[in-house]
Parts: sequence; structure tokens; C-alpha cells
Amino acid sequence: MPAHTTVDIHTRGFGQTLRKDKWWLYPGLVVFGLTTFLIYGFWSAWQADFYWYSAGQDGFGGYLAPFYSPLIFIKEGVAGAAPIEHALLGSWPDWWPRWIPPSPSLLILAIPGIFRFTCYYYRKAYYRAFTGTPPACAVGALPRKGKSGYKGETGLMLVQNVHRITMYFAVMYIIVFFYDAYLSFFRGGEFGIGVGSIFILLNPIFLACYTFGCHSIRHLVSGSRDCYSCSLAGNVSHENGKIVGWLNRRHEFFAWVSLIWIMLADIYIRLVSMGIITDLNTWG
Amino acid sequence: MAKRNFKIYRGDNEKGEFVQYEVEVAEGMVVLDVVHRIQAQQANDLAVRWNCKAGKCGSCSVEINGKPKLSCMTRMNEYGPDETITITPLKTFPVIRDLVTDVSWNYEQNKKIKPVKLAPESKTEKGYVMYQKDVERAQEFRKCIECYLCQNVCHILRDHQKQDKFIGPRFMIRAASLEMHPLDIEDRIPEIKNDYGSGMCNITRCCTDVCPEHINLTDNAIIPLKERVIDRFYDPVTILRRKIFGPWKKKRPPIKN
Repeated sequence: MPAHTTVDIHTRGFGQTLRKDKWWLYPGLVVFGLTTFLIYGFWSAWQADFYWYSAGQDGFGGYLAPFYSPLIFIKEGVAGAAPIEHALLGSWPDWWPRWIPPSPSLLILAIPGIFRFTCYYYRKAYYRAFTGTPPACAVGALPRKGKSGYKGETGLMLVQNVHRITMYFAVMYIIVFFYDAYLSFFRGGEFGIGVGSIFILLNPIFLACYTFGCHSIRHLVSGSRDCYSCSLAGNVSHENGKIVGWLNRRHEFFAWVSLIWIMLADIYIRLVSMGIITDLNTWG
Repeated sequence: MAKRNFKIYRGDNEKGEFVQYEVEVAEGMVVLDVVHRIQAQQANDLAVRWNCKAGKCGSCSVEINGKPKLSCMTRMNEYGPDETITITPLKTFPVIRDLVTDVSWNYEQNKKIKPVKLAPESKTEKGYVMYQKDVERAQEFRKCIECYLCQNVCHILRDHQKQDKFIGPRFMIRAASLEMHPLDIEDRIPEIKNDYGSGMCNITRCCTDVCPEHINLTDNAIIPLKERVIDRFYDPVTILRRKIFGPWKKKRPPIKN
């Protein structure tokens, strides 16, 4: 005789599910990964020191921590600060509030931060992990209260549409990071190679793989066209779309690799600049 | 043959219960085979919708251990030998009886989408000419078997019940296939934003995860449609370009001999 249990099939509520697998693992890992990055990123930006290393040598070359690049203003006389000639607009301005550290990082983090925040991959990650809309597939979403309830990206989150605009600026950052990589292969004007050079070189490579696989770039390069065979430009965009499409299919992978790598590169240069670890290099 | 335990929802949209069954399961069986065995041997009145048993008709969509799946494509060896397998109807839609749901809401959404509109001048002496590279994106969406697993798992419909605001992933890919059509000249962008609800989707990709045809609904249809909406309404660069040069005019694909 079969056993019977009364049930309300339409029960809804946060986390409500019949799933038996480890659906909580993905949001858990995302919370750990993104929280670690955010804590380190803000801590590093707030320090305002030890972001440059050139073994005390003047002249062309040196390691610049990626969280501090590009250097718009530089506060002179700070431990581990870059020489003033590396500043795009000179020495630190007097109008800067005293309660905020004179950190070049605080001036430039907003654009890449917003670019990542509005990225189509990261939206999946943090909507699942932090806002529970939904925490996993077929797992009850966090109910939205208020007059109209859930609004998706039509209410406050309409701001996600700035992703396209920040993308234009994010591409410029990659050019700056490649210049930093070029700089890292010199010390006192002499060419060489160090572990720091490798860290700094891989950073823009991973960032480029992430940024050029962005859905907005894929759209502008090829996705916005309906007919590729209609013109030469269409044929070119179809071919370019294959490259961007390859990167786009690995967008999640490069999102994490580039995020972790920029943090590792920043930590490495900070530790070298502080003298805690020694950089292995050919300059001796 | 081994004995396995199943818990199946029995009831209608108002009230129901889980009924436990013990069934002999043979090697190679899928979940739908087991449901049929229960129907034949223990519960002749068990309602289940099915048709092709080959993963191509999209009829046998249910939730197995809480995951939306086609029961004809879910093999029994995916589950542990001592595991009790729970089978429930699609949660998003009203239950008609047992495992059968009323999915007619979906057909109403389909009617909202403006049909294809071909420019008369795009017709040549060879008829309407298109090339593979122009249609391959939309061909991915033509694989859809309308199982509605994506509609079922979409939290906008499933949890937030915003059926009046969002037509669902299945119909976003239909809209995308028409928008990307090389000869179509209809403008659906305002409807995609305002009526079909592209802004309601928050890209959590569950529709893509459950698709039995492995259609990349999110990356290849919903995000491209959101990007087209951004082109029209939010990107100052493309808005300016549109104001100066006007909208892109579709050209006719060349006729090759």
C-alpha cells in the first residue's frame, strides 16, 4: 500500500526547493571569492603606500601595482610611492579631504569597479550569491516586498546599462596596463626581467581576454548586425565576431582569472616594495 | 532488476499529496519508463504527458528531485541506488492533474511577438536569398522543442510571478531569432524593452542551465536583445550615431551564381 503525504505544490519561499544536490556550493564560493577580493582591494587602495618598486634606482622602469595604475596624482615622500614624473597631473592636490588617504588608487578604481559590477557574468554570480534572486536554479528566490515587488533591472538596477559606457573606458585601462608591463621590463633604463615583470605582464593579458570577451564588445563588433554577407564590413565583423565569440564563451573563466591575478600582482608588488620578499630578477 | 523508491505528486492545482511507490527498475531505464511502469502496475489513473520518448517533443517536462528535466532523457543511473526519487509537475504552471500542467499561458505570449516582415525589395528572381553565415545564429534558437523547462525555472515567473511583465526566456529567443533575421525589417526593440520585459531578466542563466537542447538562451539571445535595447535607449555613442547617420538600413544579400 503506497504511503501518502499531503503537500502544497505551490509553496514559495527563500531557499525552498526539492533539490538534493549541493546547490549552495556555487553561491558559497562566489561569496568567498568576491568578498576576499573586495576586502583586499579596499584595504590596498586605502593604504596609499608601497605601490612602487624600482630597487631605489631612478630612470625609466619599475614595478607599479595594478590597483594604483594609472597614477593621476602622486603624494611625494610616502614610503613605496612612485617618483613624481610618473604622475599624469603632478603632485597630490591640496583640496583632497584630510580624512581620506592620498591614495592614487582611490581615484581610478571606480571605472573598473563599475565595469565589473555591471558585467553580465558577475551579475549572475552576485545575484545568485548575494541577493538570492535566485540563489540557485529551482531554489526559492528571496521574496521582494513593496508595491510592485521584483523589478529586475527596470527599477534601481537600470544602472546596469552603464556597462556599455564603462566598457569604453575599461579598454583604455588595458592600454595603460600594457604600458606598465613594458615599464616593468626596465630598471634604471636597463632592460631585464623579474618575477614582478611576469606578474605585471600577465595582468593586462588576462584583463584583455576578459574585456574583449565582454558581451557589449561582442555586440558592437558583430552582434548588432543582422546580415554579414551584405557588405565587406559585415564580412569583416563576422570574422572578428569569431575571435570575440571564442573569448565570450570563456568569459566566466577569464572573469575569475583576471580578478585573482590582479590581486596577486598587487600583493606581490606590495610585498616586494615593503621588503618582505625579494624579487628574483636579472638586474641583480 | 532492483527495487527503487519513488515519491510522485498526486493531485490537482488546489490540493495534492506525495505518494510513495516501490518499483522494479531494469538497467537502461529512464524516469519516464518508471512512471509508465507505475502507471501500468500500481496507479492506472496517474496522469503524465508524454509523446516521442526521444527528447524531441518537449512533452514530458517534470521536476525530478527538484530539477526541471525531460523525464524521457533522464536515466535512472544518474541517481544513487538507495535514493528516493521525487517527481513533481512543473511548479510555474497550474497543475491539471498529477504530473500534467497547463502550459497554455506560453501560447498567449507567442502571440505578442510581431511576426517576420520581409521587405518586398529583398525578393529576387531566385526568391529570398540568405546565406549560412547570416542565419546560423538564429538556427540555434530553432532547436527549441518548447518543453518550457526554461519558462518553468525562470525565477521571474516561478517565484516572483511576474507573468504580466516578462514573456519568458523561450519567447525572448523567438524574438531574438526574428530580430537577427537577415531579411526582416520589423522593429521590435521598443516592444522588447516595454512589453516583452527584457529588463526583468537579471541574467542568472537558469534557463540556459536547464535547456535539454543546450541552447545558450542567455548569452546568445537575451543579452544580445538587452544590448540592442541599450543601443537604442542608453548608449550615448550609438544614440548620437543614430541621430547623425540615421538607423542602419538593411541591405540585400548579394546573389551568387
